[in-house]
Amino acid sequence: MSEPKTENAGKPIIEIVDMHKWYGEFHVLSDINLAVKPQERIVICGPSGSGKSTMIRCINRLEEHQKGRIIVDGVELTKDIKNIEKVRAEVGMVFQHFNLFPHLTILDNLTLGPIWVRKTPKKEAEETAMMYLEKVHIAEQAKKFPGQLSGGQQQRVAIARSLCMSPKVMLFDEPTSALDPEMIKEVLDVMIDLAQEGMTMLVVTHEMGFAKSVADRVMFMDEGQIVEQNKPHDFFDNPQHERTKLFLSQIL
Amino acid sequence: MGNESFSAGREVLKPPVTQVGVVGWLRKNLFNNWYNSLLTLLVLYGLWATVPPLINWAFIDSLWDSSSAACRDIDGACWSIIPQNISFILFGFFPHGEQWRPITAIILLLSLVFYSKNKKHWKRSLAVYWLVGLIVMGVLMRGGIFGMELVETAQWSGLPLTLMLSLFGMVCAYPLGIVLALGRRSRLPAIKSLCVVYIELIRGVPLISLLFMSSVMFPLFLPEGMTIDKILRAQVALILFTAAYIAEVVRGGLQAIPKGQYEAADSLGLNYGKSMRFIILPQALKIVIPPSVGILIGAFKDTSLVVIIALYDVLKTTQVTLSNPKWMGFSTEAYIFLAMLYFICCLGMSSYSRKLEKELHTGR
Repeated sequence: MSEPKTENAGKPIIEIVDMHKWYGEFHVLSDINLAVKPQERIVICGPSGSGKSTMIRCINRLEEHQKGRIIVDGVELTKDIKNIEKVRAEVGMVFQHFNLFPHLTILDNLTLGPIWVRKTPKKEAEETAMMYLEKVHIAEQAKKFPGQLSGGQQQRVAIARSLCMSPKVMLFDEPTSALDPEMIKEVLDVMIDLAQEGMTMLVVTHEMGFAKSVADRVMFMDEGQIVEQNKPHDFFDNPQHERTKLFLSQIL
Repeated sequence: MGNESFSAGREVLKPPVTQVGVVGWLRKNLFNNWYNSLLTLLVLYGLWATVPPLINWAFIDSLWDSSSAACRDIDGACWSIIPQNISFILFGFFPHGEQWRPITAIILLLSLVFYSKNKKHWKRSLAVYWLVGLIVMGVLMRGGIFGMELVETAQWSGLPLTLMLSLFGMVCAYPLGIVLALGRRSRLPAIKSLCVVYIELIRGVPLISLLFMSSVMFPLFLPEGMTIDKILRAQVALILFTAAYIAEVVRGGLQAIPKGQYEAADSLGLNYGKSMRFIILPQALKIVIPPSVGILIGAFKDTSLVVIIALYDVLKTTQVTLSNPKWMGFSTEAYIFLAMLYFICCLGMSSYSRKLEKELHTGR
């Protein structure tokens, strides 16, 4: 994980400038401006269809933007595939439906990226993988297959898999939305540990408790625009816009 | 609270005979109402009318290794046509004294195939064994060195030809089909159209017409005096044909992989080649084992179509045997034997596919 260089401590690690995105004729994201500082933790919330997942998926080019600029760790995202792959190696992503590779063991799931993208030797990759598996409290499952694990366990493996690539930024796309309530806590605990160790995180979630305890900034999106963003304390106690107030009244 | 046992004073009876056991099963399944009973009687009558005469013809009145004259005197099956002509049916025009060579080549081939069945043997060394094995088989068949008589490819016939056409057909068509499937899903319009045109063109014509084209039309386009081996032309036609069908089946498999798998592979930074090789293709090919094997079994049987371009595979050698006046009229026996031969090979392929599917499901 990156240490902030003192002279770059203020330089954003992710910059989104005047970004717009359309699906055909439908204007799904408009006028997105965002600067994420290293080690910053941002929680993004909003009603479904507001474009929050789409926005973070643009950051690792799982979605393409049509207008504006996205710059991650100094590399601008364009059609150039080399840049895209460079960015993707530095940006880890955790999906709502885990997306583990079912035909590989847990250990192989974790070592695949380091071995074939970072060109790490197998032994070293396996040691790193076991270290991260222990970190997420799941080391004993290393030789099992994803289908044999519960949802909460799978999501923790997914987090460990992204961490094995030593990313500078972690994106979380509704990581606990597909989990049974009793498993949500174990995943959130892992995410809190991660945040406390200084990882830059963008989390799309409905878990407001997590936002209150960990976030540096909470951002509300609606209909493809960033409506409001603020420190958690101010965001929850003193929402400015009507739409934010409506949303908060519905979920809190 | 209703927990008292009521069975204390109960008399334990056996169920009536007509409800259980063999009699019960018969009543329930074969004679449970009037039309099922009628059908059962009809089927029993049908079996009684056909099976004893069949057994009679095939086993009791039949001759298994006699002269053709003796065969004409009996009513039963003349299986003798097979043993008496076996070397021609199986090896065709290969010089009679040298037939140990194709026999050895076939044994070598089957040993390699059986060795490859075991998943534990799927290492780099396997490719080496196959390469060496193929060279040895080629040398055995062709000869010309080590004191073996030279046998031109035009004389390769019978079972070795069938096995060669099918094996090389399957082995070359499968990777080509995968490439076509990936190409058809490509976002680059040139590659995509090329693959679509190829697949639709090839699927739109019967294999026979492709064989005709390869055998008759293609040589017309070659410069004067240049010839390409006829077997090679038929082989290429078979490969191109099978690949188009494999491509569509593999494309179905690729479509069945959830989008999340592609996205997870992308998010790790894996490029196209690596995500296909490690994530997508292993899962996709596993899913489409049933239809793929179906196509390969079809390809095996389709080799028999080369009779149309006068290549002497095992079907044509059988037909030639039947055109001999001595053995004319015993086509039933000859074709039953041939069917058994194809059946054993195809059954081998499908039971292997079942075994492979079972093995690959471990851990899922």
